[in-house]
Amino acid sequence: MRLTRHHPLIAALALSCALPAMAADVQLADLMQLLAQTKSAKATFVEKKYIGIVDTPVESSGELTFTAPDKLEKRTLKPKAEALILDGTALTVDMAGKRRTIRLQDYPEVAAFVESIRGTLAGDRSALEKTYKLDLTGSREKWQLVLTPTQARMSKIITRIRMQGAQADIRSIDFDQADGDRSEMVVTNVSP
Amino acid sequence: MKNTRLLALSLWILSLAVCGLIIARTQFVADMSAFLPKAPNARQQMLVEQLRDGIIARLIMVGIEADSAAERARLSEALAQSLRSDPAFVGVQNGSEETLARDQAYYFDNRYLLSPTVTAERFSSAGLKDAIGASIEALSGSAGLMLKKLLPRDPTGETLALIEQFGSGEQPRNLEGVWASRDGKRALLLVQTRAAGSDIDAQAAAITRIQQVFTQLPERRADARLLLTGAGVFSVSSRQLIEGEVSKLAGASILLVVCLLLAIYRSPRLLVLGLLPVFSGALAGIAAVSLGFGSIHGLTLGFGTTLIGEAVDYSIYLFIQRADTGDARGFWRTIRLGVLTSIAGFAVLLFSGFPGLAQLGLYSISGLIAAALVTRFVLPQLMPAQLRLRDLSGFSQSLSNWATRLQRLKLGVPVLLIAALALLVWRGDSVWNRELGALSPVPAADQQLDAELRGDMGAPEMRYMLVLKAANAEQALQAAEKLAPPLRELTQAGVIAGFTSPANVLPSQASQAERRAALPPEEGLRMRLREALAGMPIQAERLEGFVADIAKARAAAPLSRASLDGTSSALLVDSLLVPRANDVLVMLPLRAPANSEIDAAKVEQRLADANLPASTFVDIKHESFGLYATYLHEAAVLAGLGGLAIILILFASLRALGRTLRIFAPLACAVLCVAAGLVATGTSLTILHLVGLLLVIAVGSNYALFFDQNTLQPNEAARQQTLVSLCVANLTTVSSFGVLACSQVPVLSAIGLTVGPGAFLALVFAAMLAPRTARSQTAR
Repeated sequence: MRLTRHHPLIAALALSCALPAMAADVQLADLMQLLAQTKSAKATFVEKKYIGIVDTPVESSGELTFTAPDKLEKRTLKPKAEALILDGTALTVDMAGKRRTIRLQDYPEVAAFVESIRGTLAGDRSALEKTYKLDLTGSREKWQLVLTPTQARMSKIITRIRMQGAQADIRSIDFDQADGDRSEMVVTNVSP
Repeated sequence: MKNTRLLALSLWILSLAVCGLIIARTQFVADMSAFLPKAPNARQQMLVEQLRDGIIARLIMVGIEADSAAERARLSEALAQSLRSDPAFVGVQNGSEETLARDQAYYFDNRYLLSPTVTAERFSSAGLKDAIGASIEALSGSAGLMLKKLLPRDPTGETLALIEQFGSGEQPRNLEGVWASRDGKRALLLVQTRAAGSDIDAQAAAITRIQQVFTQLPERRADARLLLTGAGVFSVSSRQLIEGEVSKLAGASILLVVCLLLAIYRSPRLLVLGLLPVFSGALAGIAAVSLGFGSIHGLTLGFGTTLIGEAVDYSIYLFIQRADTGDARGFWRTIRLGVLTSIAGFAVLLFSGFPGLAQLGLYSISGLIAAALVTRFVLPQLMPAQLRLRDLSGFSQSLSNWATRLQRLKLGVPVLLIAALALLVWRGDSVWNRELGALSPVPAADQQLDAELRGDMGAPEMRYMLVLKAANAEQALQAAEKLAPPLRELTQAGVIAGFTSPANVLPSQASQAERRAALPPEEGLRMRLREALAGMPIQAERLEGFVADIAKARAAAPLSRASLDGTSSALLVDSLLVPRANDVLVMLPLRAPANSEIDAAKVEQRLADANLPASTFVDIKHESFGLYATYLHEAAVLAGLGGLAIILILFASLRALGRTLRIFAPLACAVLCVAAGLVATGTSLTILHLVGLLLVIAVGSNYALFFDQNTLQPNEAARQQTLVSLCVANLTTVSSFGVLACSQVPVLSAIGLTVGPGAFLALVFAAMLAPRTARSQTAR
């Protein structure tokens, strides 16, 4: 796409050649629209965290629930029960029998973090683009969306978020942390 | 005769000089303490002490309003920086990262002395294996990002154990790096003054200092606002209010009385003479209170303005009634009886638990005695031989007609009484205001702001507390530690939502020593770690930081109060661990479950079951209710006794039951009607209203007595003179109490609203109920 700006002729050529391929490729706007149609979704997840100081990945599993427009629940069942409930601007953490609610606007880093998942699920492009640069590749059937933080204080924690999916289903979410650690979450849709 | 005159005058002048000397050395106070009652039981005493002198009284909560969060944060930081370097303040907190970092450093660096989970067992091979295993497991959770940073140095998760100990204690919101209110529209700071809360001058200086610093902050926009609240702020503002009110009230009262007297006498000389007993009385009153209490409260002076209205009465009676020499002996007897009944009414106040009321009692008694003595012995010496009062016959004739008309309404009195009684009985117990705060001179808007900032601050709600005493700080902390396990059980059971203990941030030396002893020496630790980590996904070399930290903790000096300097926990320990003259007081605030109250019985039961240091569960709201109920009861008993004393004095001096009751009847009617009137207009009665009702009897008894005496007066002109004097005297009393009713200080306005109308009604009822025989003669 960058070519278009520099050389109209090459751009025109490229465009004419690319046309058939573009039909199969998915556009960001299309994907967002597709995702926005999902009003609610339920899935199970298995998350593996690769942490430098620990030799083997740490695994956890549970359920993810999304209700449009802005409610997201992550319930971890194993190895220890805990829940993260994101509702509007309130994030409730339920851990070891203790419940704590924080306001997202008070914790911009946490907000950016959870917004990446919720924004994608909701197909809310403008919310995502506030904190991330979006790169979409692949087809409708097998797409990959890479979110790169644009703000310094965010990229000090997370360098890249990669989501893969098919149609409106998200299949995996990977986080790359600034310190080299990473996590991989495999998501399996449960038909509601 | 000449000798008597000389003697009277010189005694009088000498007394005035002595009073003047005493007053010159008198300390005038105007804080709220006079209307915080002396508490009858130890628990309430503790409560009052804490309110007055505890650290809670040294906290100033500051709110900053400005147009953007960033600007508020900038002002908050700048204000905090500047106040921190000011010796008038011990601590300034605004949630800044600096303090936060210091807090975190304190907890992290001292975790092995602070954490309750540090035991020898936990640091055995098996214990380490379990603890490290749990920490690795915890990495999978949402807190993993934070925990993985801690793991190399804190693989047993002591930091987490410490955090859990604090429970869900609320913290203020944090916006742009500083504390903010819940709605995010104000930045918040917490300032602790060096001076005690009871040192109002110092508190006033501290408040001025904060305001000054704020106005001088660079680039501050004009619309940025500073809000201050707290016990000290309230003390200062009520002192200002009271001081301002007292001089205003006294001025207005004197002006009114002077105008009235001038209108009646049309003689500056008589006016000055008439005011002599008043000023003598005021001087004597102040001197007596100063001698009796060591200082005099501004509110006492405020009440004292009403003395002007009362003391001026005697000279009015003297000038008007004796203008044509009547029955001198009868006149003075009536005055004496009037003074006696008034004194009886004020005397019961001496026994009140409110120092302010006791002062008022002493002030009024000595003032009235002095005024009466001056009227009796000094004024006659200074009075012109021939009193030439202006002709009041027109006035007295119309008064007489009015009195007659009033008498025809006599039958209406029982109807009125029944209505008043019915209203009071129907409203029953609900006529009483049961809040101690009803006496507070702090305006409702300020109390509202205080409640808001307190809520925003998420300060441990100081309603429920466990309180105990110990010989020294170490024993106090040990006791607090012993209470922790049952309190944790109560938290688990949902009886309480949590508790705050000073031992959480500053464990007793004994616990610290025990924890230190549980930490293995380096060689032993390495060996145990090797065993523990066998088969675990983590290498021992990754935990070098842990080994080093344990070695450091084993060698570290024990934590003391000084270790907390600069952290927000310093304030916590200072407010919950209070050294006193002979012991140390420990308070453990308990949090109530959401939207409900703590079941005191369950807490007490659980604590009684265990063999624990003696502690007391205090519910401050309940206690202050109880405190107030005690005083309401006390005031009711005192008022009843006062009324009874007045009846007895009347009976003893008149020696006729019928006459005594006839004199008392109008007073009782006035009291009932005023009480019913207040209730009907939506006022809920406080202790001060009750005291006011007693004063209605004390002040009103004069009118009833003179009306009664008048029935024996054969001379019609003299009877009319008496009526005039009563009316003028009543006008001065009603106007001086009326001035009081306009006061913004609830304590003063309550008395004014009760006694003003009460005194007037007492006169009206006395006229209505006066015996018919004499009155009908007058009418003719």
